[in-house]
Amino acid sequence: MAKSNEPLFWSLFSAGGVVAAFFVPVTLILTGIAVPAGWITEHDLLLLVRHPLTRLYLFVLISLPLFHWAHRFRYVAADLGLKVLGVALPIVCYGAAILGTAVAAYVLARL
Amino acid sequence: MPEQTMTLEVFRYQPDEEEHPRYQNYEVPYREDWVVLDALNYIKDEIDGTLSYRWSCRMGVCGSCGMMVNGDPKLTCATFLRDYYPSAIRVEPLNYFPVIRDLIINMEDFLHKLDDVQAWLIPNQEKGVEEGEYLQSPAELAHFKQFSMCINCMLCYAACPVYGHSQEFLGPAAIALAQRYNLDSRDGAAESRAEVIFQDVGIWECTFVGDCSRVCPKKVDPAGAIQQAKVTHTKQFMKELLTPWGNR
Repeated sequence: MAKSNEPLFWSLFSAGGVVAAFFVPVTLILTGIAVPAGWITEHDLLLLVRHPLTRLYLFVLISLPLFHWAHRFRYVAADLGLKVLGVALPIVCYGAAILGTAVAAYVLARL
Repeated sequence: MPEQTMTLEVFRYQPDEEEHPRYQNYEVPYREDWVVLDALNYIKDEIDGTLSYRWSCRMGVCGSCGMMVNGDPKLTCATFLRDYYPSAIRVEPLNYFPVIRDLIINMEDFLHKLDDVQAWLIPNQEKGVEEGEYLQSPAELAHFKQFSMCINCMLCYAACPVYGHSQEFLGPAAIALAQRYNLDSRDGAAESRAEVIFQDVGIWECTFVGDCSRVCPKKVDPAGAIQQAKVTHTKQFMKELLTPWGNR
C-alpha cells in the first residue's frame, strides 16, 4: 500500500482557490472598472504591468487557478464516468495547466 | 371518526423465494408520535411477519435501524411519520450496500474498513494496571470528542456518491474514526493508520461533496475529519519533499 501523491496536486488546487478568491476580484476592479471609469489610464496600467513584481503577480494569478481548475475538472470528469480513462485524465488536466502556465510565462516575459 | 392511516412502500427482497426485489405497500395507522420504525414494527406484528429489518435501541444510539426514507439515509427510529403525512413513505435498504433480505444490508465491507484503520485506542506505551489510568485533560478530549460520537450507523456511506462509485474508498465513518484515535493524546498509532488512510483510495478519493456530514444523526462531520487528514498528509508530504535528508 503506497501513500498517495495527491498532496502535491491538492496543495496547488488549494493555493489556486485562495489566489482566485482573493486576487481575481482585485484584478477585475482594476481592469474592468477602474480603467473604463477613468480612475487609471490605460497608459498607467501598461506601466504597472511592465513592473517585474506585477508580472510575477500576474504569473501567480494565472498559473495557480489553472491548477485549481485542472484538479476540480479532473474530479468532476471522474464523477461523470471518465475515470475509465485512467492516468490519461490527470495527464490531460494537469498537462493543460502546465501548458497554460508556460504560455503565461512566455507572454509575461515578452511584455 | 375513522382512523387516519398512511401508506408505507417497503422494499422487499427474499432471495430464497424470488429473483428480483419488489415494493410492497402497507397501510399503517397514522399516529403523530410514531416514527418510521414504529410503523415497520406494526407491519411486522400485525400485517406481515415475513418483513425483515434491523433495529435495537429505538433511541438513536445503537445505529442499527438506518434505512433510506424517501431516498434519504435516516435512522428510522428518529424519523417521524408526521413529517411526511399524508404522503406515502418509501422505505428501502441503505444505498450502495448489498442486500441480504428486505431492508437488511450486508455490512461486512464497513466492518473490514474499521479493522483496516485500526479504529481503537493503541497506546504509545502499554501501562500496567498498577500504574493507573491514561490521563487526559478536557482540552485534549475536546480535540476528538466530536468524532467519538459516531455510532457506526453507515448513513454516511449511503449518502456518499464517491462510495457509490467505488467500494474501495475507505469512506466517511472509517476515516472519521481513524481521525478520532489519531487526535487522541493517549494514542500512538497515527503512523500505522497513515499507511491506510493516506492511500489514493483513502482520504484522497473524497471530492468533498459533504453529504456524509449532512446526514450524520450524531453531527460527527466526517467531511471535516477527511479535510483535516488531507491537511496533515499534505504537511507531511511537503516536509518530506522539501527536506529529503530529514526522512531518516
